[in-house]
Amino acid sequence: MNQTLYVITFSLLGLSAFKSLSKTKLALKKAFKSFEAMLPQILTIILVIGVVIAALSPEQIASIMGSNSGWFGVLIASLIGAITLMPGFVAFPLAATLLSQGAGLPQIAAFISSLMMVGFITLPLEIQHFGKKAALIRNGLALLFSFVVATIMGVVL
Amino acid sequence: MKKQTLKRYRMVIMMIMVYTFIYFGFKPLFVPAVNGSMNSLIELLIVVPPIFVLIGLLDVWVEREKMMKLMGPKSKGLGLLIAFLLGSVAAGPLYAAFPVAITLLKKGSSFRNVLVLLGAWSTTKIPMLMFESASMGLPFTITRFVINLFGIMAIALISEKLLSEKTILTISEKFSQS
Repeated sequence: MNQTLYVITFSLLGLSAFKSLSKTKLALKKAFKSFEAMLPQILTIILVIGVVIAALSPEQIASIMGSNSGWFGVLIASLIGAITLMPGFVAFPLAATLLSQGAGLPQIAAFISSLMMVGFITLPLEIQHFGKKAALIRNGLALLFSFVVATIMGVVL
Repeated sequence: MKKQTLKRYRMVIMMIMVYTFIYFGFKPLFVPAVNGSMNSLIELLIVVPPIFVLIGLLDVWVEREKMMKLMGPKSKGLGLLIAFLLGSVAAGPLYAAFPVAITLLKKGSSFRNVLVLLGAWSTTKIPMLMFESASMGLPFTITRFVINLFGIMAIALISEKLLSEKTILTISEKFSQS
């Protein structure tokens, strides 16, 4: 998957350089500038999350999101999903582990949904891009949506 | 210049100090903490940089008129489809989608389409669906995917309704000079 991304990027970069070297340089300059602008915030977030995840054991999380935890569990699961940030290839195996340790399906669905769509911890970054109002509305709606997902998943599966 | 850089990275430096403290004070916590951040760190350093290069190329090469036609307010179903597919084939964390979204806005994409892109990017990415079905099973994945299709549209439409045209214009204009 990463290889595909790199092949596409390098091919387009090559094509761009072939057509105009100065434009390509400009593109790379812009790329570096915006990447570096984001870097300190993202690095901080990643390092904070590492400590938080290490402090919580999967058993603890699974017990909060237990299959008998009901709406309260769904709420907590959404909130945990909203404040954490992890790549999907880490999140899904974790979700499977939590399920096997007794977490409920609607709770896990809420957790996954808000984990992917809601980003409390990246909210300052989102606000920088889209302004306070748009960022809060998108995150608020996505959080509500994670309850909807939990409800439907609980009924369907 | 150097002092400014140091100031911008002060929180990162503080977190490195926290890790050092954990290493000496709470050793059992250290390895899980490093493992916990390592995956996101790898994602940040391997997956995110090419995305920014692609944003740079898009910014330099794609003309505003073209983008208007493809994803602008009058692009209807085509714009929606492009936004959805673009988000779904993407790689990388949601925060990498913000600059993509802004570049699209700057080039004339409608706000609704940008919201659809963010929605698809966050939750219907194809590589992620594969991970999801591997760990959670196909029924879980398919059910969630179908719900998400509606959810993404609903979030995009409601957000657009809730935001005044003025706010949306401010967001797009804020970046159009750069």
